[in-house]
Amino acid sequence: MTVMKSTLGLGASLACALTLAAATSAHAQENMEKCFGVALAGQNDCAAGAGTTCAGTSKVDYQGNAWKLVPAGSCATMELPKAADGTPRSGSLEALTRDIPA
Amino acid sequence: MRSLPKAAGVGFKPEHFDAIRRDAASVGFFEVHAENYMGAGGLPHAQLAALRADFALSIHGVGLSIGGPGPLNTDHLARLARLCNRYEPESFSEHLAWSSHGTEYLNDLLPVPYTDETLALVCDHVDQVQEALGRRMLLENPSTYVLFEQSTIPEVEFLSEVSRRTGCGLLLDVNNVFVTCTNHRIDPRAWLAAFPLDRVGEIHLGGHDEEALPSGPLLIDTHGAAVADPVWALYAEVIKCTGALPTLVEWDNDLPEWPVLQAEARRASRILEQQGATYARAS
Amino acid sequence: MPGHPEFAAAFDAGLKGAPLPRGVTALAPAEAERRFAVYRNNVAVGLIDALAKRFPVIKRLVGDEFFAAMARHYSETQRPTSPVLLEWGNGFAAFLESFPPLADYPYMADVARIEYARGRAYHAADGTPALPDSFAGADPSRLRLHLHPSLQLLRLKHPAVSIWQMNQPGSTAQSLAHAGPETALVLRDPGFNVPVFSIGPGDAAMIEQIMGGASLTVAAELAIWTEPGFDPQPLILRLMQAGAILTPKEIAR
Repeated sequence: MTVMKSTLGLGASLACALTLAAATSAHAQENMEKCFGVALAGQNDCAAGAGTTCAGTSKVDYQGNAWKLVPAGSCATMELPKAADGTPRSGSLEALTRDIPA
Repeated sequence: MRSLPKAAGVGFKPEHFDAIRRDAASVGFFEVHAENYMGAGGLPHAQLAALRADFALSIHGVGLSIGGPGPLNTDHLARLARLCNRYEPESFSEHLAWSSHGTEYLNDLLPVPYTDETLALVCDHVDQVQEALGRRMLLENPSTYVLFEQSTIPEVEFLSEVSRRTGCGLLLDVNNVFVTCTNHRIDPRAWLAAFPLDRVGEIHLGGHDEEALPSGPLLIDTHGAAVADPVWALYAEVIKCTGALPTLVEWDNDLPEWPVLQAEARRASRILEQQGATYARAS
Repeated sequence: MPGHPEFAAAFDAGLKGAPLPRGVTALAPAEAERRFAVYRNNVAVGLIDALAKRFPVIKRLVGDEFFAAMARHYSETQRPTSPVLLEWGNGFAAFLESFPPLADYPYMADVARIEYARGRAYHAADGTPALPDSFAGADPSRLRLHLHPSLQLLRLKHPAVSIWQMNQPGSTAQSLAHAGPETALVLRDPGFNVPVFSIGPGDAAMIEQIMGGASLTVAAELAIWTEPGFDPQPLILRLMQAGAILTPKEIAR
């Protein structure tokens, strides 16, 4: 029976995979040098950070249309894959949802 | 229970871990903020366990809100108790400040009006902490930027009274003394002269920033610079009166390389040796 | 004069922008407002910074100014509920999803989910990785693997792993290879790194089955059923190498 046969083959390959790792563990560390560290510094401290200068945090009251800022980081320059019709997209990913099957 | 060595210590930052393993000369102990070690596992605990094996340890809480109006957060108290049981620090300390309101955590050490009402409240909270941790805690004097019309008790008297009623020790932050006294135009030497130095279990030193207000300077406790010279001078005067005390150098913002912090610790060590010797001869 | 609870309530309201609380003063009373602003700013900036440490890719995506303003709004509407800030931010993804100025960026919430999961993985409980030898002679049909507590699987509607990867330091955000959903595998390896992998439907099915307590054979069979032609070997190897398979309590052979 093919099902039985494939299961037997699978079992052997699974058992093999678990022990195979021994031979390759030298490559275990993924290269993470380029990634952001995870809040390495710890987030709680007992110092006063900002004082009377509150650089970059002027309060923007969020009351519907009172919010005037637009996202201006890398999201504004990321390019998107071409749509099925070949039209290139750039700028925001706003049209992305169209491509996602419901 | 062991106590902190009467030597210079440094606030531990994970960025310095490797450098510390290579050279920690003139550092007698490390201090960490309790809340940064309240995850279940991972690198923070691995580093703390390694440090703890070689050094005396002070655990310094920043989030208990001892000066807050509400009851203490018992979940948080339980977390502190677990941390203290796990690492058996030589010292546990917290602040005379509040940082939570209702269910919200405000992440800053906010000032407490000094009244009979708050004195009773703070004493209750300190009792509760010492009960839960099964140890004597140290309470730290704050840096403040405003005054309160409702305050009726001078800060030094408030701290003395908390210590007297609860038996807790005091953590004397000399930079906070200088910051608060400058901000409210008080003579820091008069403040220190009234302070119960015999209750001090640890000293903190840290850097501050200065802003100019019409009435004069406003100092802000940023922990983002070297300890200022007038603070070193006050510190030396304190040690001359008390003899050597465990002394922590704090640096939390704009973190320098390890050798810079180590040099600050060395400066504290020299003062401990010189002024400590003067004290020994005098007594 | 107000009692301490009323004082704290007024002070807190003042932090959020209400007028100076009653009783707050200074030697030069005209300076009270400016001095109180130190606390107002410390609370605001402290929370903004804490959020920025937790969500560096979101900050890079929207830019510093937008992030600071948005983080301030978030931190005033969803203040931390615990003094342990490393736990804060669990509501940030949902906040981004419903934040109208980001309506054109539906992937933002998924990127935040990855970043939050990385923080959880970083602080998750420890576990001892299995040595490969410990499975020698094991019967896969009776073998139930225990995975590291840091391991999380995120089924995302958007290509958020790709977006996350191209927004790491030194990378340039450029063209995306595809626009469909992605599944993220987040874990902490023995070197305390927290990598994020984009994995296929077979990988995802297999991991979910293992987490649900299925035997290795059943997990692999269901994975193959989910993704015909799926080969479970590379995934097992990757999990072993990342220290994500823990020392078994006992092994049926």
